[in-house]
Amino acid sequence: MNTLEITKNTSNGKQEAIAGVTQLSGSQAVLEALLAEGVDTVFGYPGGAIMPIYDALYDYNDRLKHILVRHEQGGVHAAQGYARTSGRVGVVFATSGPGATNLITGLADAMIDSNPVVCITGQVFAHLLGTDAFQETDVINITTPVTKWNYQVTDACEIPTALAKAFHIARTGRPGPVLIDITKNAQLQLFDYPGYKICNHIRSYRPKPIVRSEYIEQAAALINAAEKPFILFGQGIILGKAEAEFKAFIEKTGIPAAATVMGLSALETHHPLHVGMLGMHGNYAPNVLTNECDVLIAIGMRFDDRVTGRLDKYAKQAKVIHLDIDPAEIDKNVKATVPVWGDCKETLPLLMEQVDAKTHDAWLSRFRKLESEEIKEVIQEELNPTTPIMTMGEVIRILNELTGGDAVIVTDVGQHQMVACRYAKFNQSKSNVTSGGLGTMGFGLPAAIGAWYGTPDRTVVAIIGDGGIQMTIQELGTIMQFGAKVKILILNNEFLGMVRQWQQLFHDKRYSFVNITSPDYVTVAKGYGIAGNSIREREELEQALTTMIEHDGPYLLEVMVGKENNVFPMVPQGSSVSEIRLK
Amino acid sequence: MEKQEYTITVYTENTIGMISRIAIIFSRRKINIESLNTSPSEAEGIHRFTIVIHETEDVVRKLCRQIEKQVEVLKAYYNTNDEIIWQEQALYKVPTEVVTEKAPVERLLRRYGASAVVIRNDYTVFETAGHREEIDALTAALAEYQLIEFVRSARIAIIKDSEGFHKKLKEFEESEPAAEVVENRYLNKQDKVFTM
Repeated sequence: MNTLEITKNTSNGKQEAIAGVTQLSGSQAVLEALLAEGVDTVFGYPGGAIMPIYDALYDYNDRLKHILVRHEQGGVHAAQGYARTSGRVGVVFATSGPGATNLITGLADAMIDSNPVVCITGQVFAHLLGTDAFQETDVINITTPVTKWNYQVTDACEIPTALAKAFHIARTGRPGPVLIDITKNAQLQLFDYPGYKICNHIRSYRPKPIVRSEYIEQAAALINAAEKPFILFGQGIILGKAEAEFKAFIEKTGIPAAATVMGLSALETHHPLHVGMLGMHGNYAPNVLTNECDVLIAIGMRFDDRVTGRLDKYAKQAKVIHLDIDPAEIDKNVKATVPVWGDCKETLPLLMEQVDAKTHDAWLSRFRKLESEEIKEVIQEELNPTTPIMTMGEVIRILNELTGGDAVIVTDVGQHQMVACRYAKFNQSKSNVTSGGLGTMGFGLPAAIGAWYGTPDRTVVAIIGDGGIQMTIQELGTIMQFGAKVKILILNNEFLGMVRQWQQLFHDKRYSFVNITSPDYVTVAKGYGIAGNSIREREELEQALTTMIEHDGPYLLEVMVGKENNVFPMVPQGSSVSEIRLK
Repeated sequence: MEKQEYTITVYTENTIGMISRIAIIFSRRKINIESLNTSPSEAEGIHRFTIVIHETEDVVRKLCRQIEKQVEVLKAYYNTNDEIIWQEQALYKVPTEVVTEKAPVERLLRRYGASAVVIRNDYTVFETAGHREEIDALTAALAEYQLIEFVRSARIAIIKDSEGFHKKLKEFEESEPAAEVVENRYLNKQDKVFTM
């Protein structure tokens, strides 16, 4: 009975108590916290245990935009997309039990790719915890390995502090996902609201290691003495908002720089010192020359195994300078000669003061020479195929021509992702949204929705394979309902292409369950009220892409591409980066 | 690098779920925790974990960094056995008649410095504290004399050259990080690595 009474009260909005103390329900306090943190968009899905928050949201609808996703996984991916293009914290609501467990893939993806996301989950009444109550799951323990921090609130009085900590932890240091689980009684409970105080210090939490001048001196000495220095840059530049500092640094030192998949748009693609992408399907020159450089400078990247290939044959000849904000990354995979712990926004300018202005023309020309080999052997044919069958690469080439490199490119996972990352042009930062560390198929569509809300004035193109689109295709419903102007470009090769490629190359072409059929995507899109087209002839390609870009609203374009095309170059698993294959 | 016994000392906030957050860092790498003790520490409100594992220094260092990365962990140290003073405690339940009738049992208990905690008609409970080997040796010996029940505690350890956590805690309470918060194993040690 009590419960009902409280519910009735809270839906009437704020209540002023006699002594001038504001009484709020826990749910109202949650929404007040979001407003205080500057949140304007929430991705979520209601359910039993989070109903009080949704009830309160009814009164906050004018200040908080809520996007009803079609699956909680899509909610987290959307929040990730939002965070990546806006540089702000993405927020997700989900209910207890299945609502919360559906978040896990998204949380794991956000964790490994350092996306600032705050998830708020409803939980059963506190007195029911541990009783296998309806829709009860031990969310805190399930999410511990995939969150930077999590906390269960059982009393409304804890809500302002818990949320302030959540936002602080999610966005500072190395960002990451945070989950706050709030029991239903705490959402309903009325309490004297003390106001919201932004958190900027937690004693046990050191978001930034202190910068030591010794590191800077040692790193500068190495860089100044280097004859063949090489920079690897990752998402840390973007997360640290240090794009300008980074560019100034490479331009002063004249050092060639290659990007990880996650770092791609941190430096514009056409910059003369940008020498391409690292990794298994990265460019030829940066992979080969990793094993020739004398000083390797890694900035905001974590030496993922897809970047390093075989570790015991990785850059053994080089002195390694590793700039990272996360001390746990130093020496984790590659031993650093000079570990420059700190925020690259601070360390790069300090380093800048001590490095000599230089050019490395001969060394840079080594990159360009290998690049021309790659163009001859791979890129030319991929982008301008002489065979009648369309390639993924030519689709990206024309897309580049049409967008001029100004679009946000969101990709799913697989061959199309590697092709898009290899060939898409980026003029500005925060333009490449992809699932890097976790490799989550199904990431693309929901992430693109969030990416569009993060930057609604830009063209957002979601490039997705025929496998990945079918994993989260339900999010077309979200697009239908809220009108996110996402351009969905399905590159359909009628295979789970990357797995097929590996089966071809390493499993004697034994194609085991990689043959995947597709629905009529144009009809599916039509069912969701989304305009669409499907093409299989090269002559139609440019016009079809133009229509997609120019259409005022969401659009789905399916392009039928070569069934058995492979992505090259490739560093086969277990090989050294310098053993990269061009075919 | 050789595997050996390392004792990891972790200072944390006393919050629910810390054991789990710390334990999964080991289980994720399929590393067995030989012993784990949680207790208050010398600093008020700060919890102290003592964890023993058998690993290489390289792995232990990485584990400590990943532990320290947890939001509610203040500091994680690792030490070899010669850098610490440590103890474990054990309780043994043996039939009282065995203790009174069998002279070797009495000698055993004297040799290992075990003392009686409870004496009943049917059984007697002894306790002893010491290093693992001593406790294990007594356990093995008593096994021949109808040992009814045996339990051994986790290791607790004091770091020989530690000044305790009071000063460190003050640094953490400051809003700016102190210089010592992260250590660099190369710094001032291997000058040669910094030149070409």
